[in-house]
Amino acid sequence: MTDSTTELPVAAIEQRIGEFLEAKTRTTWERDVDLFASGAVSSLFAMELVVFVEGAFGIQVEGADLAMDNFRTVERMSALVTRLHSGGGGA
Amino acid sequence: MSEAPPVVKCLIWDLDNTLWKGTLVEDGHVEVEDAVRKVVVELDARGVLQAVSSRNDHDEAWARLQELGLAEYFVLPHIGWGPKSESVRRIAEQLNFSLKTIAFIDDLPTERAEVSYHLPDVRCYPAEHAGHLLGLPEFSPPVVTVDARRRRQMYQAGFERDQERENYQGADEDFLRSLDLVMRIGRARDEEITRVEELTLRTSQMNATGVHYSDAALRSLLDDESHDVLVVSMSDRFGPHGAVGVMLIERTPRAWRIKLLATSCRVVSFGAGAVLLRWLTDAAARAGVHLVADFRRTERNRMMEVAYRFAGFTVADCACLATFSPGEGAECLHLEPVRQDPPTTMRVFAPEPHATAGETQWR
Repeated sequence: MTDSTTELPVAAIEQRIGEFLEAKTRTTWERDVDLFASGAVSSLFAMELVVFVEGAFGIQVEGADLAMDNFRTVERMSALVTRLHSGGGGA
Repeated sequence: MSEAPPVVKCLIWDLDNTLWKGTLVEDGHVEVEDAVRKVVVELDARGVLQAVSSRNDHDEAWARLQELGLAEYFVLPHIGWGPKSESVRRIAEQLNFSLKTIAFIDDLPTERAEVSYHLPDVRCYPAEHAGHLLGLPEFSPPVVTVDARRRRQMYQAGFERDQERENYQGADEDFLRSLDLVMRIGRARDEEITRVEELTLRTSQMNATGVHYSDAALRSLLDDESHDVLVVSMSDRFGPHGAVGVMLIERTPRAWRIKLLATSCRVVSFGAGAVLLRWLTDAAARAGVHLVADFRRTERNRMMEVAYRFAGFTVADCACLATFSPGEGAECLHLEPVRQDPPTTMRVFAPEPHATAGETQWR
């Protein structure tokens, strides 16, 4: 990984993700609410989420990290970003 | 086969002195010859879409098409005063068709020249050839699939749906629920195979292996005890989407192996792929077998990888994998299935396992 000494504050990550979700779904999402609970999330939306998280935070999500559990809530996504961004490596 | 000009997917008609005799604004009253009407109806039945590019007052011209009983045959009428090359280009864009598959018919040489100049790939025909179009190879698709006959209807429903989605103010999910979506999963019948094969060719983004199964290969599996060829079709309150997905499953005592899963890009935004995987996961859980999926990364199918991974598939060591060897460059993703709830956004009807006929709603 790159030497990302710049720590991204969790609040900033969550805000960024929240804004994206609101723009996409026209709904605000509490940080611990399950996005996928209804079974309505399309493959397209899942893809958009992955692409957004990768692009916005300069990370690559691959293999076992590419799991719905890591994208289930704003909180979980933020944790994934923090882990991958700081070079924490795969699960 | 590759030498023949591509089949025309959309024919764009001029109105005055082409579709009908006379000029609407000057003559006030225009009629369509029986021979021309026959062409419109027959092209429609062959699955060739038809649009309009005409210099006229839109409301007046459309009203006349309705009186003539022909309006329903046309998608995307461009009736106005701009250059025809512009309306032809926009029609192709809106349909997402290559210009090589678009044809234009007009009585005026200048109009045809204008279109040809800006869009050399578009095939232009003079109005007096209208009666001969049905005999031309480019207007005679080699196979008319079940969906071809309904193609225009599906596009019309699609435009309506897009419009409504654009105007919808709520969340996407609520919009989906408002559509009254129905998914039907069924064992493929002989006449559907052509469409299924077409799907595997066209859906590079949602094809899990990038492998193309030929018509003959799929057909040979129809009667194979250990394989299921499943066709997925969808509809909503605007109309049918037709066949939108295909799954090829090999059944063994311990696991079902998904050898092919492809869905049309038209239904990706409805979550069709995710719903299919959920249904299959539930069915496998009920049958007490594991699921295995062949996956081969291509440049375009990351969406499929996300779909599998989000459905819970992982790279795992499981005894059930012993009998499978993925093809070159492919891997086997694995899932130990648990029962799933049906989606809240659509109703799913699927065949009863081990029954030869009949279907039930997934509840």
